[in-house]
Amino acid sequence: MSIDLETAAKVAKLARIKVEEDALAALASEFNTILGFIEQLNEVDVDGIEPMTSVTPQRLKRREDVVTDGNMQDKILSNAPDAREGFFAVPKVVE
Amino acid sequence: MTDLNRLTLSEARDRLRAKETTSVELTEACLSAIDAADALGAFVHKTPEIALERARAADERLAQGDAPAMCGLPIGIKDLFCTKGVDSQAASRILEGFKPEYESTVSQKLQDAGAVMLGKLNMDEFAMGSSNETSCYGNAVNPWRRGNDDTALTPGGSSGGSASAVAADLCLAATGTDTGGSIRQPAAFTGIVGIKPTYGRCSRWGIVAFASSLDQAGPMTKTVRDAAIMLETMCGHDAKDSTSADIPVPDFESMLTGDIKGKVIGIPREYRMDGMPEEIEMLWADGTAMLRDAGAEIRDITLPHTKYALPAYYVIAPAEASSNLARYDGVRYGHRAKLAQGDGITEMYEKTRAEGFGHEVQRRVMVGTYVLSAGFYDAYYNRARKVRTLIKRDFEQVFADGIDAILTPATPSAAFGLGEMNDADPVQMYLNDVFTVTVNLAGLPGISVPAGLDAKGLPLGLQLIGRPWEEGDLLNTAYALERAAGFVAKPDKWW
Repeated sequence: MSIDLETAAKVAKLARIKVEEDALAALASEFNTILGFIEQLNEVDVDGIEPMTSVTPQRLKRREDVVTDGNMQDKILSNAPDAREGFFAVPKVVE
Repeated sequence: MTDLNRLTLSEARDRLRAKETTSVELTEACLSAIDAADALGAFVHKTPEIALERARAADERLAQGDAPAMCGLPIGIKDLFCTKGVDSQAASRILEGFKPEYESTVSQKLQDAGAVMLGKLNMDEFAMGSSNETSCYGNAVNPWRRGNDDTALTPGGSSGGSASAVAADLCLAATGTDTGGSIRQPAAFTGIVGIKPTYGRCSRWGIVAFASSLDQAGPMTKTVRDAAIMLETMCGHDAKDSTSADIPVPDFESMLTGDIKGKVIGIPREYRMDGMPEEIEMLWADGTAMLRDAGAEIRDITLPHTKYALPAYYVIAPAEASSNLARYDGVRYGHRAKLAQGDGITEMYEKTRAEGFGHEVQRRVMVGTYVLSAGFYDAYYNRARKVRTLIKRDFEQVFADGIDAILTPATPSAAFGLGEMNDADPVQMYLNDVFTVTVNLAGLPGISVPAGLDAKGLPLGLQLIGRPWEEGDLLNTAYALERAAGFVAKPDKWW
């Protein structure tokens, strides 16, 4: 599998990271190096092997489905780059 | 009294309890050492006021006779831990100015025990790196040098600031985190002890997430005894981390008898790499002989899927990172890019993330995005998770055959020069973690113990890998190794 410029641009778009046109070739080449390394996994016989979901065999704990936290709007907004009237502010989303 | 900053945790604890010194004195000694060590780039946010306030409170507690082991002991906290009201930015521009409204569970436990936070420590950005060169703060520097050569060396990574600070006696100990070797590799590069406990021992709550199925916190200390003391305080069940284990935490320090007679130590043949420096070979052989002389039985073992650990890791860790780092969008915290006229929310995300993430982080987020994308999920991500199952099974097999611990080198080389890997492809840097990453994939405890110096005078470490949840037994084997190795060298002060 080889990554071309178009694929590199698509991945950058999916990751929501702006990559300038002239940087795509270097990026694609780095991807190819890393993916080339990862390709070794194809040598392993994984027939009938379960993909790991949890490294320690434990059942996730459950708790009552009740509110345990809240009422801290000021704390939640305290680190926002732009907060107004109790909300996170972002550029216009809908025309 | 001078040089209080050079004490170990256990020495300082004993002196505090004997009223021979105070936490304020210990803390002031460390704060002076920190201020004189800016050249090491270890402490990136200093918190002297908080430190002295906590030291005074600790002295009061000590006076009242209510003193847990960590009470009054000055330590550094890796920048990956959220600390309430104190900059916590994972060495990333994207979290510039972020002051959490909450405290991570692990740093809270240390604080509750009376430990004194001196400040935040340098690291690779989002813990992605093996040399502390991806940090937005600039490099952390290893206090060790190659003899009289003044080339600046890496302290390793990602917990490079923690390693540098402990090795240079800027603090008595530090917290680290380990996703693929980020505690054990820097510990080995700087001649200190670092343990990554079993996955689930330490709560991950409030620690900036890199790869959630691999990340674990652990202590970085001057001795194995210190590791036992500090780890015990850091461990324990936490309802806020659903993967945190609800099992009792033993008194690790009391398990340090140094008696390992009859223990079975495995030597995995797959860890003998082509091109491994002879010094590492010799160190490994020496360590094996030390454990044998201490009464352990040495057995050759095989972990057949070792070779595939790094490739599997470089699918799983970026995949989880791409998901975890999706939260940095310029909306809720940290950096937001300045927008041009007409830019919408998508441009805001894309520009913010391009400006905020460094090169290595961007690369890993995009690799993760790719391996999770439609059409490749099975070929890469699911295959890697199946290989992970096989890697864990290798370990289960040898433990079932009666192996108590596994001895390996901690790293394939001694510390290298900062900038030396600039022209190498990313995979070359990834190879630093070749001996440590298997342990994260299998969720096991692993500890790096300083065991010798190379010909240039740089420290080298050996790694011991233990059975799940048996950190106490592992620490005891490490203690026996530490005593036999008798590593006491310290870097000559040049900073």
